[in-house]
Amino acid sequence: MSAFFRIFSRDVRLAVRQGSALTMTLSFFVIAVTLFPLGVGPELSILARIGPGVLWVGALLACMLTLDRIFQADYEDGSLDQLMVGTLPVELMVLAKILAHWLTAVVPLIIITPVLAITFNMPLDSLGVMALSLLLGSPVLSLIGSVGAALTVGMRRGGVLLSLLVLPLYIPVLIFGVAAVEAAIALLPAGSHLLLLAAFSAGSLVICPIASAAALRLAVE
Amino acid sequence: MTLIADNLRCIRQDRVIFKGLGFTLGPGQGIWVKGKNGAGKSSLLRMIAGLLKPSKGTITWKDVDTQEEPESFRQDFRYIAHQDALKPVLSVRENIEFWAQYHGGDKVAGALKLFELEHLQDTPAQILSAGQKKRTNLARLVASPAPLWILDEPLSSLDTHYIDLFTDLLREHLEGGGLALLATHQTIDLQRVTIFDLDNLKGVV
Repeated sequence: MSAFFRIFSRDVRLAVRQGSALTMTLSFFVIAVTLFPLGVGPELSILARIGPGVLWVGALLACMLTLDRIFQADYEDGSLDQLMVGTLPVELMVLAKILAHWLTAVVPLIIITPVLAITFNMPLDSLGVMALSLLLGSPVLSLIGSVGAALTVGMRRGGVLLSLLVLPLYIPVLIFGVAAVEAAIALLPAGSHLLLLAAFSAGSLVICPIASAAALRLAVE
Repeated sequence: MTLIADNLRCIRQDRVIFKGLGFTLGPGQGIWVKGKNGAGKSSLLRMIAGLLKPSKGTITWKDVDTQEEPESFRQDFRYIAHQDALKPVLSVRENIEFWAQYHGGDKVAGALKLFELEHLQDTPAQILSAGQKKRTNLARLVASPAPLWILDEPLSSLDTHYIDLFTDLLREHLEGGGLALLATHQTIDLQRVTIFDLDNLKGVV
């Protein structure tokens, strides 16, 4: 377990020291989301209607920007080989890196989302559900993203392929994430949607590290 | 504690790199893998390290197939590859410390001292020279000791002083009962090392 924690803490430390990636992700998220009110116009009812979807799509795309960070640098500098010849099973090594990615690339987006939601005239009562839906659903973004990142590691221009692989798999999370917030706005129970998001995360937690590890084994060969 | 490679075959993208390769490496012994560029030196070392699956043949460590129990085998070797596996924004000490702890070792201070890196320990790896990076990479061998060393071009970028220093370290490792499998284009002067030439593959050492 010590090796798991070492990888996790090293990746967090690297993300903090290379602050540019985090700053760029947050900047992209804020700018992309802010463009919608400018493009759609100041009609408050329309903004409130599209707000949940825009915020979820924005978070999803911002997360995409950082997915290659999970394995690419380690592949290029030889660390991936060294990590794979350690005593920690590759699946757990992958999980440690996914956890660090989620904490450093996705959690900041969740923290800033309620502030952006206000600019969309979303009811204050729904902000909690918005953040909760992202908190429960966003691990899927890192988990599924890690499979795409592992499959495209070492490829030239792998970014586009990564998007094509991963984005369709994000659709269920997007649907139920937005549905949860819309239910909260309509004063309907959002619990079932949130539970489904949690189930997606739990399922991905089991499957994705195994799939990513298998893809990495192929990549290092 | 013996490493046995038996009838190994390596195929990369439909090209046979080597076949029928075998050797036995016991305590205190080293094998110096030689060969032209593309002869398969790195492929052989990666195969032994478990990063490349043999198309045919087996690798046995302590009488156990390494593919059947990879985790226990990984505890017993350190692999030094072409790339230095250093993170540019981490200091020399942080880099060595991470790999030492990842492999369950804690002899960071000794490693820094041996490779004369103490004055550079707080320096970010991104401003090190190629030789300093190589020394930082090699320091992992001392920071987290293991009986088997798999070394791919360990002497590249090193000046004569550090080549001598590393050769002495390798000699001590072998005299202490360790094993080493190394590929290098540079000449090393060690009595306990057998040359294994991939260009004139005879089969078994």
